[in-house]
Order: sequence, then C-alpha cells, then structure tokens
Amino acid sequence: MKRQLPLALVFSFSLLMIIQYFIPHDISLYVNEFLLKWIYIIGIFAMALGIWSLVRVSMAKIKTKKEDWQYSIVTLVSLFLMILFGFDFFRHFFSAEGLKNQMFVHFFDYILIPIQASMFSLLAFFIASAAYRAFRAHSIVATLLLVSALIVMLRFNPYLGPVGAYMEKTASWLLNVPNLAAKRAIVIGIGLGSVATALKVMLGIERSYLGKD
Amino acid sequence: MESMTMETYLWTTLGAFLSLCIFSFLYKDNPFYKFAEHLVAGLAAGYFVIILWHNGLKPNLFDYVGDGNFYLLWLDSSHPWYMVPAFLGALMWTRFSRKWSWVSRWPMAIYIGIGVGLSIPLGMRNAVNMQLFSTMRPMAWDNFLGNGYLDPTSGFSHLLIFVGMLAALFYFFFSKEHKGVFNGVAKFGIGILMIGFGATFGFTVMARISLFIQRIQKLGEWSSISWTDGAFTAIWLIVCGSFIAVGIYEFIKYMRNRGQTKAAA
Repeated sequence: MKRQLPLALVFSFSLLMIIQYFIPHDISLYVNEFLLKWIYIIGIFAMALGIWSLVRVSMAKIKTKKEDWQYSIVTLVSLFLMILFGFDFFRHFFSAEGLKNQMFVHFFDYILIPIQASMFSLLAFFIASAAYRAFRAHSIVATLLLVSALIVMLRFNPYLGPVGAYMEKTASWLLNVPNLAAKRAIVIGIGLGSVATALKVMLGIERSYLGKD
Repeated sequence: MESMTMETYLWTTLGAFLSLCIFSFLYKDNPFYKFAEHLVAGLAAGYFVIILWHNGLKPNLFDYVGDGNFYLLWLDSSHPWYMVPAFLGALMWTRFSRKWSWVSRWPMAIYIGIGVGLSIPLGMRNAVNMQLFSTMRPMAWDNFLGNGYLDPTSGFSHLLIFVGMLAALFYFFFSKEHKGVFNGVAKFGIGILMIGFGATFGFTVMARISLFIQRIQKLGEWSSISWTDGAFTAIWLIVCGSFIAVGIYEFIKYMRNRGQTKAAA
C-alpha cells in the first residue's frame, strides 16, 4: 500500500494517457480533458500545503523571535489581506466579485506590479556585472559569445547611424539562424532527456518522489 | 498633465516608494528592501490563492458539483465523479500528519502518472519530431544567397541551421571520441552554441534594461505629477526626504566605521 500501490498508479495512469493520445475518438478526448482537470484540481489542493508551510515558517519565526522576525508579520498580514479582499471580505466565495474588489485590484496594480517589475529591472545591474566576467575574450569561443551579445545589444542603438541598419540585420540573422540552430539542438536534447526520465518514472526505475520510508 | 485625485496619487506614491525600496538593494541589503521583499511574498501568495480559487477550482470543480448538497459532500450533484479529484486533493493534506503522510503518495502518484503519460508522446512530438521536421526542409538552391544582406530565409541560412544543429548535437554526443574530423565538427558545434548563448544573453540584458527604463519613466511621471498640487509636493518631499535622510545616516555610519578601522590599524 505504501510503495507498490503508488508505483502501480503511476504506471497505469501514464499508460492510459499514452494510449488515449493515439486514439482520436470523442471518448478518448473526454478522458484526456477529464484527467487534465484532475491534475489541475489536485495541484490546487497541493498549493494549500505551500501556503500552510509559508504560514507555519513565518509563525515559528515570530514565536522564536529569530533575526528579522518583524518582516514575517508583514508577509502574514499581506497574505491575509489579499485573501480577505480577494473573497470580498469573505462574502463571495463562489462568484468572481472578489476579483473586482477595489482594494484587491489596487494591491495588484500599485504594490505587486511595481515591486515585481522593479525586482526584474534590478537584474539589469547584476546581469551587467555577470557580463563583465563572462565576456572576457580569452578564447575564440568566448569571443564569439562576446561579439554576438554585443551585436544583439547594440542593434537598436540610435547613435550608430548607417551602421545601425546593418547591426539590426546582423542581430536579426544571429537570432534567427545560428541561435535557432543552437536552440533546436538544446530543445531536442532536453526532449530526449525528459522522455527518458518520464519512461524511468513510468516503469518505476526512478522513484525518488516516493520519499524514503 | 491630467488631474489626479488624492487617493490615486497616494496609491501611485506607494508604488513609487516600493520601487525605490527595491532599488535601494543596489547599495546593500537594508530594511526598506526587506520590507518590500516580504510584502511581495505575502501578496503574491495571497494573489495566487484567489486566482486559483476563482479561475481554477470554481470552473473545474464547484461549477460541476455546485447543484449538490453541501452536507452530503456534493455527492448527490449531477456530476458526483468530480468529487474524486477533490477527494484525492484532500488526501494531499495528510502530509500534515507524520503517521498518515504516506497516503499523500496516492494523489501524488496519480498526478505524476498523468503528467508522465502526457509528456512522453507530447515531448517526442514537440521537442524532437517537430524540431527535426522544421530543420529538415528541402534546400532552396534557387535562393541560396538570399535577397540582400544576411537573409535569414536564404538557402545558406537553412543549410547553416541544419549543419549547426547537427554539430551542436554532436558536441553532446560522447559515444564517439572527439578526434580528427569529429573534433572539428564538435568545435563547430560549440561555436554555434556560443553564438546562440551570446545572442540570448544580449536579448535578456536588453529586456531587463527596457524594464528598468520603464520603471524610471514611471518614477519620473510620479515625480512630475507631484509638482501639480501643494499636498502632492509635500508627500513627494516626505518620501524622497526619508530616503535621503537614511542615505545620509548610512554615509555617516560608513565614514565613522572607516575612521575606527583606520585608527585600529
């Protein structure tokens, strides 16, 4: 029950999904859609584990007064407020009225979006320092990396004059030809690797998802 | 500049303040940054709870079993079999118990089984077959050099994509020793990969830079709105003044520490 049943479930459900993929029939499509809803629903229930984990870790930090425990209060309060407004003060569980709640919308527009956009834009500075280290032309391949990155970065530079048009065309060619060849090789490698791993999971060779006991 | 209500201005100020909090990380990790970081963690988690509830559970579960009786666990609804995934999802919560946590393996196994069953044919189709299909197209000999400077639709470009992809794949193929001709092929493959990585890197840098420009533009807009009204200006001064005050305090602290370190040395 603890180990054999999960292995049997993985094998039978994956076999069912593989078989239904090759049967273009209405019943097969219905099974596909129905089971996709299953994993969606199970996934959402699993998300509750993540939220509970966040609450538990934050509560433990506050209780034991660990370093920076005050910020955990910010996390918990903001989590609670977002849920409170999202359910429109717990008045609308089964209608989408909560999504129109003014505070919910404002929290999203004026807090979540600016912070997330600023965090991503902050990476511009760190990526620049990473570029300095990565772009030292100490070999031919490193020079190729440097030159192609520089061309792509300079392609929209308005100060390049007539050279700019050539730069843009070169960047477009780099992105659409050598970059495409590299990407395709990587995607094929990832595809073959993921199918091999999926087969190992299906056949019970890879079973780390079961845990230890 | 269109007029703005005090409420909208305050919300915009909050957004600008939080953006400045995040940018303060460029100096070093500090309480402003930590506050914004923890705030976004809680808000993002709460946001996804709401979105997944309203856009996930409601249309895929509650809408099907909603005509049933709550006290009968919706088993008398017109679609009672939709309670099966809900029951399996609830079994995931047995992870809270040390004694019963092994039960959560069942829904996990079904989840993984369905995912694996989907990924095998789809992975082969999308990541392998379709990529090979798109690469191995008939050669356009009549348009080998293309029209104009570096034409991506030319026959030469198609040939380079095909040869480059094979060479890049060969670079990761270790069953044959990379010697002689094979070494040349592998080297050509790594060259193609490096050009690809460089182009991707440059593209990512530009995406981040454009995001940064957009944030600075937003801060500029907020700053210019602040001078349209006396009350707005006062709020602007408070926000910017607090950042400047903290900056001066940090600078003095840094200079003092530096003086003490020098004296100790």
